[in-house]
Amino acid sequence: MAVLVIADHDGSAVRDTTNKTVTAALALSSDVDVLVVGAGAQAAADAAAKIAGVRTVLLADNAALGHQLAEAVAATVVGLAGGYDAVLSPATTDGKNFMPRIAANLDVAPISDIVEVVSADTFVRPIYAGNALETVQSSDGKKVITVRATAFAAAADGGSAKVESATGAAEGKTAFVSEEMVKSDRPELGAAKIVVSGGRALGSAEEFHAVMDPLADKLGAAVGASRAAVDAGYAPNDYQVGQTGKVVAPALYIAIGISGAIQHLAGMKDSKVIVAINKDADAPIFQVADYGLVADYKTAVPELMAALG
Amino acid sequence: MKVLVPVKRVIDYNVKARVKADQSGVDLANVKMSMNPFDEIAVEEAVRLKEGKEHHAAGTVTEIVVVSIGVTQAQETIRTALAMGADRGLLIQSDADLEPLAVAKLLKAVVDEEKPDLVLMGKQSIDGDNNAVGQMLAALLDWPQATFASKIVIGDGKATVTREVDGGLQTIASTLPAVVTVDLRLNTPRYASLPNIMKAKKKEIAVKAVADYGVDTAPRLKVLKVTEPPKRSAGIKVADAAELVSKLKSAGVL
Repeated sequence: MAVLVIADHDGSAVRDTTNKTVTAALALSSDVDVLVVGAGAQAAADAAAKIAGVRTVLLADNAALGHQLAEAVAATVVGLAGGYDAVLSPATTDGKNFMPRIAANLDVAPISDIVEVVSADTFVRPIYAGNALETVQSSDGKKVITVRATAFAAAADGGSAKVESATGAAEGKTAFVSEEMVKSDRPELGAAKIVVSGGRALGSAEEFHAVMDPLADKLGAAVGASRAAVDAGYAPNDYQVGQTGKVVAPALYIAIGISGAIQHLAGMKDSKVIVAINKDADAPIFQVADYGLVADYKTAVPELMAALG
Repeated sequence: MKVLVPVKRVIDYNVKARVKADQSGVDLANVKMSMNPFDEIAVEEAVRLKEGKEHHAAGTVTEIVVVSIGVTQAQETIRTALAMGADRGLLIQSDADLEPLAVAKLLKAVVDEEKPDLVLMGKQSIDGDNNAVGQMLAALLDWPQATFASKIVIGDGKATVTREVDGGLQTIASTLPAVVTVDLRLNTPRYASLPNIMKAKKKEIAVKAVADYGVDTAPRLKVLKVTEPPKRSAGIKVADAAELVSKLKSAGVL
């Protein structure tokens, strides 16, 4: 069987979610191709060709594909799917957007957000906000799967696959208007080794940034937030860690002023080491924290900054 | 224009799901059930479109039809949407836990009958967490899709939708008819007032069977088991920041 992985990339490089999805794909088959869909994405295709274990990289490159709009990406992938037994994408917002559309066009049941490959037709995925894990066996001839990247190790570089061009679809009935991306020199939330997250206790957007940004910079960490903090406007939507936001699994996760709603825990409980700083000793976050500090963040964070030197 | 809002009856947002001992699924016996929170946001937005609230022009929407696919009690979920301001309801009665592909096929059949200009729905249900039906419905209809909406502007035959994406926000314009799925920050749903709850009792809910639509709803996935995720146990409390840093250094994460 052959597997097609749809790359997550920024035009010049592939994100490590792609390497992790290749690992999941290699658990299905040794014949793994990567598809790079974009506009002016040759450099990303060249980067994908270096991932160990990749057989061929397909590059579908035209102006209509620059913003990963679902209709054009889905039409491109459906056009190529005939040669594959499974199509995988990381469960990024782009992957979640176009993969079910591809599945419906192929008349197959999509399998969302897998965390384990049991066999070529059987997968484990979280349901009920991560409170249960479901093992499902697919009877479809073709599998369409999104992969929770944090559950898989990244395939290393070291390959030298050939890059071939593929036919990209034209624009559909949706046009790109604009985007507002959060600019940051910090590591990406999904890929950072350390994540510091702030909650509603921080009280305002000014306070959120005044407390979290210096700490993140000192630790070389990404900044996350609870849903409550995002809903209150203290942090941008892109910061939200949780079942309906981003799922992260860094080596170190520091939760500051976060009570630990089920929804939030679902997004970070696979972190290697969890630290909680909260003045409420009964906050549920302490039930999953390896190290808990019962203290007001107003005193604890400056002390932490000082202790870090 | 007419808006179709699909809604799902799911475990209440505040109830912790518990796995059955025989690993056959999640225990829903005697558990509080409610409208899927994302669907509530979709209903609210449809009602605001009809009322001409916020940036919506009055009269943008003239009729809101709510559809649910599920057990008989899903009529209560439809009734909640009617009390919020939807006009009429449709229940496609099914005791089976239908997969997203089957749901999308049934909804396509409803769209073919109702001919709405817009389908507004939640981005995912909080039970299956698939995040798939809206995208699949759009595919089957060959309509454009705008997912994860945090702002919707209807005008000039288009839905201009700001989407919550990794990295920030993206705005796209989809030609109507279209499917729009909504995210958390689109709005805060209202509580229905008592007079509106009373009025909703008089609104019509049609009840049909899955078989009435003649679509293939056979499952493609077999659930082999449902298990509890590995539990994380609480660690230790530290006295101060200095002790925390020394612990993290010995754990090798700093």
